[in-house]
Amino acid sequence: MKYSILNLVRNSFSYHENWQKAWSSPELKSEYDVVIVGGGGHGLGTAYYLAKEFGVKNIAVFEKGWIGGGNTGRNTTIIRSNYLWDESAALYDHAINLWEGLSGELNFNVMFSQRGLFHLAHSVHDLQEISRRGYSNFLNGIDAELLNQEQVAKKIPYMNMNGRYPVLGALLQRRAGTARHDAVAWGYARAAENLGVEIIQNCEVKGINVSNGKVIGLETNKGSVKVNKVGLVPAGHSSVLANMAGFSLPINSVPLQALVSEPIKPILDCVIMSNAVHVYVSQSDKGELVVGAGSDAYNSYSQRGSFDMIEHMMAPLVELFPIFSRLKMLRTWGGIVDVTPDRSPIIGKTPVENLFINCGWGTGGFKATPGSAHVFAETVFKGEPNKIATPFSIERHFSGALVDEAAAAAVAH
Amino acid sequence: MFVIKCPYCGERDQTEFVCHGEAHIARPEKPADINDEEWGNYLFFRSNPKGTHYERWTHDHGCRRWFNVMRDTVSDKIIKTYKMGESKPDIENE
Repeated sequence: MKYSILNLVRNSFSYHENWQKAWSSPELKSEYDVVIVGGGGHGLGTAYYLAKEFGVKNIAVFEKGWIGGGNTGRNTTIIRSNYLWDESAALYDHAINLWEGLSGELNFNVMFSQRGLFHLAHSVHDLQEISRRGYSNFLNGIDAELLNQEQVAKKIPYMNMNGRYPVLGALLQRRAGTARHDAVAWGYARAAENLGVEIIQNCEVKGINVSNGKVIGLETNKGSVKVNKVGLVPAGHSSVLANMAGFSLPINSVPLQALVSEPIKPILDCVIMSNAVHVYVSQSDKGELVVGAGSDAYNSYSQRGSFDMIEHMMAPLVELFPIFSRLKMLRTWGGIVDVTPDRSPIIGKTPVENLFINCGWGTGGFKATPGSAHVFAETVFKGEPNKIATPFSIERHFSGALVDEAAAAAVAH
Repeated sequence: MFVIKCPYCGERDQTEFVCHGEAHIARPEKPADINDEEWGNYLFFRSNPKGTHYERWTHDHGCRRWFNVMRDTVSDKIIKTYKMGESKPDIENE
């Protein structure tokens, strides 16, 4: 059933009790053409574009938990594309272009809100960094505006400009913003199922069967399946899955925490990000402040972070916004993110034939969801990465052609 | 957040320490003689296990010495800490 104002009115007569389920729960079949492992935004999106743009039939998405229950539903929902390097700029801006039409395309309101993102500078070095990145963005056709101290103060009047680390300027991307993260997973799931994709929830992959260097099947807690092609799209278990197929990855899995405040009246109409004092904050449509910062610096699969990291997030927040200091924080949570040495993702082929991987998005994968899914679908279908995906191969760790956003963007994604 | 037993100072809060990643990775003896794949493996590829992990920590806000930690990455439980140069403890994951 299409979501529209007419159907909304029509269903109101039956007290909204007859809406069909957004997606069903089919039984596991014994054979699939393509299986996508991981039912987050990137995985569901991959299945959607495989069905829609490449006409692949008989696709399944295996999700070990439930749709929207992983990192897709745990992030701080920030979307931007003002990355330094050409390779990243191409990938993340491809995503923004798709974000802009996504609600219409999926017939699901993903609440994409291009409210603008201010990346703050607190020192001369920061000012140089944002100018360099801003000019690099211009050259890549990405919108970027350099604002001085006065301009920033005018835009965000209640921000403390003269704290211990004074705000000296900002890089503004107006096309950046936020989206409703759950809706992204739900929207892709619903749209994919409408194209015939089967979404199997509570289906954990326990083994990957490889014969003569080629993937032939998967072992799951619901049984074995035969497959022609597999796309691994995990968020925090890339190494675990890779080990099942007999190879390893340049990845460490670490906890990343976020938290939300009690809901308040609209106060923050943009996204604020600071790498130097290290915090990022936006206000959700429910009114909660959504706050995040850096990951814990040790490997863990515990989905729990350290308490001192929460203090590290709150200290710069109240320094920048003394007005927030008496807010109660309602919830904190942690997710596991897979971090690569250069903080850029891995998209492409693996040492196993017909087994493809899209992982290593670290602390900033949500913003790339449609772009990542789109280029990965083409990679899986054609067996070769396209122009945007090529620089993100595993091989860059042998050739040395790293896309080093770790040095460029320092920390926050 | 957990408590780490520094082999030199005893039990201290985790905030005094810094983790430096996987332990027991030997630098290739003749870097010039190995190929790009072997060098890439040494530099970047890690075991990243879901389970027992051997890792290097420093007691930055204490004795500033390096040591190794054997920790379960699922529960974050520290199984053992031991000094640099000692070999991997021979303990089954508890």
